[in-house]
Amino acid sequence: MTDQKIRIATASLAGCFGCHMSFLDIDEKLVQLNERIEFNRSPLTDIKHCGPSDIGLIEGGVCNADNVRVLREFRANCKVLIAVGACAINGGVPAMRNYFDLRECLEEVYLHGTGVTNPQIPDDAELPLLLDKVYPVQEVVRIDYFLPGCPPPADAFLQMLMPLLDGKAPHIANNQLHYD
Amino acid sequence: MGYHAMAINQNTLTIDGKDVYFEQGQTIMDAALAAKIYIPHLCHYPGLPPSGNCRLCVVETNGKSVAACITQAQAGLRIHSNTPELNAVRKTITQMLFVEGNHICPACEKSGNCKLQAMGYYLGMHEEHFHHFNPRRALDASHPAIFLDRSRCILCDLCVRASREVDGKNVFAIAGRGADAHLIVNTDSGKLGDSNLDRDDLAANICPVGAIMHKQRGYVSPIGQRIYDQQPINEIALGEHVPESTERDHD
Repeated sequence: MTDQKIRIATASLAGCFGCHMSFLDIDEKLVQLNERIEFNRSPLTDIKHCGPSDIGLIEGGVCNADNVRVLREFRANCKVLIAVGACAINGGVPAMRNYFDLRECLEEVYLHGTGVTNPQIPDDAELPLLLDKVYPVQEVVRIDYFLPGCPPPADAFLQMLMPLLDGKAPHIANNQLHYD
Repeated sequence: MGYHAMAINQNTLTIDGKDVYFEQGQTIMDAALAAKIYIPHLCHYPGLPPSGNCRLCVVETNGKSVAACITQAQAGLRIHSNTPELNAVRKTITQMLFVEGNHICPACEKSGNCKLQAMGYYLGMHEEHFHHFNPRRALDASHPAIFLDRSRCILCDLCVRASREVDGKNVFAIAGRGADAHLIVNTDSGKLGDSNLDRDDLAANICPVGAIMHKQRGYVSPIGQRIYDQQPINEIALGEHVPESTERDHD
């Protein structure tokens, strides 16, 4: 094995999968990229747990207990952890629920919402409990790099990843930097 | 020749090594903008009295940091502004402004037209660094044409000064202390709808962020054609001034 492939793991926490879609928007460059990388745990693979990886991409903020578990697993296994998109970086649109108490949100949806039948707040032990607030990932674990945007532009993923594959620090060009 | 040189010396300072002429009474910010030199700022707007609250315009001179918008220009001052150290401080200040409020750009109608956001871009801010405050601040939609979203307010007090100095109405004020400081409306009810604010008032149009907004005017510019999509804040800021015609109309 002279050309060891770079291992990349990805995850969506309280995300919308839009950042993953924007990553796929690099289109045919994905084929070139795939010659140098292999995916570990990711929504794009069938691997259930994050194994030792070179780079972890995290989309979405942290909204429930399972998100915390997954995020810590990624931090423990990824040499470089990258917060991708507005939600991971500052909570994003889901963090607008921080304007309200969690109980208000649950009661509105499961008890008092329009068209609700058999009103009850789900409480099965299988379900991860929601956190009091939606948190940015860097309020839970240390993050190495941030890729802003909602979602980040496809080219910004390449600007982030290509230097990292060569062991260099990435640089996001000014025209690729936006928060919306 | 000698007289001419002396006259220039008496009214000249340097900013980042460049000679800048100033008129007596001007601030460092006034002189810089007149010379088309950008010093980052959010709470300053040419044509309104300065306030000195955002601290983005911090510059170094005589070995200390001063706010350019409220510091008088003096002959011979050697001012450093566009340095990596000062821009790092400015980025930190911008991050503090982001975490103190709820600045969720993907859901904000001001995105692309917002000075706070454009400042983040200008300074290369990739993340907010600090823990978020997640404040819960009252929204006021009582006015027929204007709404007030305090969660986005950065307390620059431009609306306060515009309403007092230009509109002559004194609609807004900042109340509360420390982290509780917030924008209030000077009416008995505290509601914007009970004020005489008009949609054409400068105070209704000068907010640099998405705090004072016109109703039913969101998302009118296509992506790519918004103000800071086309030009960075350091270029836009050089062309800004309160229109002379509206100044002092109500005095």
